[in-house]
Amino acid sequence: MTNFANSLRAGPDERGRFGAFGGRFVAETLMPLILEVEAAYRAAKDDPGFQRELDRYLRDYVGRPSPLWPAERLSAALGGAKIYLKREDLNHTGAHKINSCMGQILLARRMGKTRIIAETGAGQHGVATATVCALFGLPCTIYMGAVDVERQKPNVFRMRLLGAEVRPVTSGAATLKDAMNEALRDWVAHVDDTYYLIGTVAGPHPYPMMVRDFQSVIGVETRAQILDAEGRLPDAAIACVGGGSNAMGLFHSFLDDETVRLIGVEAAGRGLDTHEHAASLERGRPGVLHGNLTYLLQTDDGQIEEAHSISAGLDYPGIGPEHAFLFENGRVQYVGVTDDEALAAFLLCTRTEGIIPALETAHALAHLTKLAPEIGPGGVIVVNLSGRGDKDIFTVARHLNAADLEESP
Amino acid sequence: MSRIAARIAALRKEGRGAFIPFLEAFDPDRETSQAILDGMPAAGADLIEIGMPFSDPMADGPIIQEAGQRALKAGATLSGTLAMVHAFRAHDRETPVILMGYLNPILAYGPARFCTDAQEAGVDGLIIVDLPPEEADLLAADAARAGLDIIRLVAPTTDAARLPRVLAGAGGFVYYVSITGITGTRSAAISDLARAIPPIRAATDLPIAIGFGIKTPAQAAEAVRIADAAVVASALIETLAASLREGCAGPETAARVLAQVRAIADAIRAVPR
Repeated sequence: MTNFANSLRAGPDERGRFGAFGGRFVAETLMPLILEVEAAYRAAKDDPGFQRELDRYLRDYVGRPSPLWPAERLSAALGGAKIYLKREDLNHTGAHKINSCMGQILLARRMGKTRIIAETGAGQHGVATATVCALFGLPCTIYMGAVDVERQKPNVFRMRLLGAEVRPVTSGAATLKDAMNEALRDWVAHVDDTYYLIGTVAGPHPYPMMVRDFQSVIGVETRAQILDAEGRLPDAAIACVGGGSNAMGLFHSFLDDETVRLIGVEAAGRGLDTHEHAASLERGRPGVLHGNLTYLLQTDDGQIEEAHSISAGLDYPGIGPEHAFLFENGRVQYVGVTDDEALAAFLLCTRTEGIIPALETAHALAHLTKLAPEIGPGGVIVVNLSGRGDKDIFTVARHLNAADLEESP
Repeated sequence: MSRIAARIAALRKEGRGAFIPFLEAFDPDRETSQAILDGMPAAGADLIEIGMPFSDPMADGPIIQEAGQRALKAGATLSGTLAMVHAFRAHDRETPVILMGYLNPILAYGPARFCTDAQEAGVDGLIIVDLPPEEADLLAADAARAGLDIIRLVAPTTDAARLPRVLAGAGGFVYYVSITGITGTRSAAISDLARAIPPIRAATDLPIAIGFGIKTPAQAAEAVRIADAAVVASALIETLAASLREGCAGPETAARVLAQVRAIADAIRAVPR
């Protein structure tokens, strides 16, 4: 099952490869910067002072550790395994994104960078980036597809409130992938003072490794919390996957525990066999985009295709390279959940637990509704409740009709 | 001797710098871009660079991005680009042709098959923007087997410690990216170029071309005073774009681009060496 003799947690190698995936596919102008980020990150990682500082911000500013909530009514409603929700929605700014932003902004400061840029899709990473920039008084520019600026207005306003400049990107399809292209173009033009704060476990090495490391606090806490609550590891852990940062954060601590099923949920949009989905692993092919070799939605001629999902945060035609590796070696199972299934799960979680999940997270919950009865009573499942859904209520309102709201699960 | 080496050696003998104009394949359509390509040698091109359209050109500014979008809309594919080179070779066997683009379409085509087909079509060299030396082994053996030069980019951020690594495995010429930035935006100061080129010259015997930000005949002339060749891309595409009518080629499109090629070539030829 595994290519690593000892541990699946050992990657990446020195070239930034997880098996065949990852690497550093950037223009020469950026290459020295990428190497500089890597050297700075490795030095920070080995510096106990850096870790102490990060821990303090995570505790006193982000609000970690986040609780592991036993979801009793949801468990009862699904009639199967006992369900725990890892409450990343309770972090400051309402999602897991801030874990990595906090780590990266401390790194940027350590590197002496004075300007921050980032890309954002749904706006969650943009808000988290604008937040840490406000905290440290650094100017920041957020690239966001013009289409996303239109459909995520509350987050655009939040970013501007926080002092960030939001630059709508009109090139290409004007969504997340184009925002990332534009951020890379900005970085190339401002190499001296600018740090590119990438929001997911994708991009050139060391970003997939670094973002995963900063997000792995999710799994480290979950592991201790579930052992404390249940005296054993869960039977399964589920997370949604766009670029894949909340999933890597949860999964990394469990990769070597063969008894724990790990399931990543991709956005199947209007269906995996339509052309409107974001299932890079289930329907894509390996290729190179945004600095890494990974699975991509692309044409036969190697042109990148548009992704589709009701959730702007999963609307990306690629995926982090470590996921591509874990997909190919079979350690993590990847499944698809449609827009409609995600909406149903969104409502179920809201009505049984009083927790409005992000639409991204609702994809993980939708797969849970299938898996909980299958694993059955006596089983334990952890779901990464990666973000809260306040940002999504207008989207949900457009898709639900009055009858949906009258039913009570 | 490869066509690239032969051409540059001949120009050295002549005592002048080389002009490398750029066109995006299939921009705005196959026929017009073929007409531009075919007309370039007579207009004064010494080598020709052809852009391979890609949906996500991360090193390119708006002008070349839009050229790529027009080309893809016009049905550009990698095999279509190779077919253009093949057609060009039917009447020109001397002018070196270099393909410039991004890695993913080549991966989708298959690196080994691509190198073979490119060589058969008459391609001489490749510039792959997102393939730094660290990842070059993905294409190096196939390119070498097919006799294609891998042209390396050197940037202002490439320091003395890194330069030997970039030059190892480089062929054809060295492409100096004159600005930290994307294509077609700003231009480098002559003083910056005068400082940047000598260290590269000291580290390699390969000729040096300067690209990114050369827009006018005067700038091209300045570039070949300092280096061996000048690449002009966005300025030519701007002319092409300005000649379009509702996105389609006008009757003057190819002629206007070729007239600009001629003007730049004349400026370069007037530089005493």
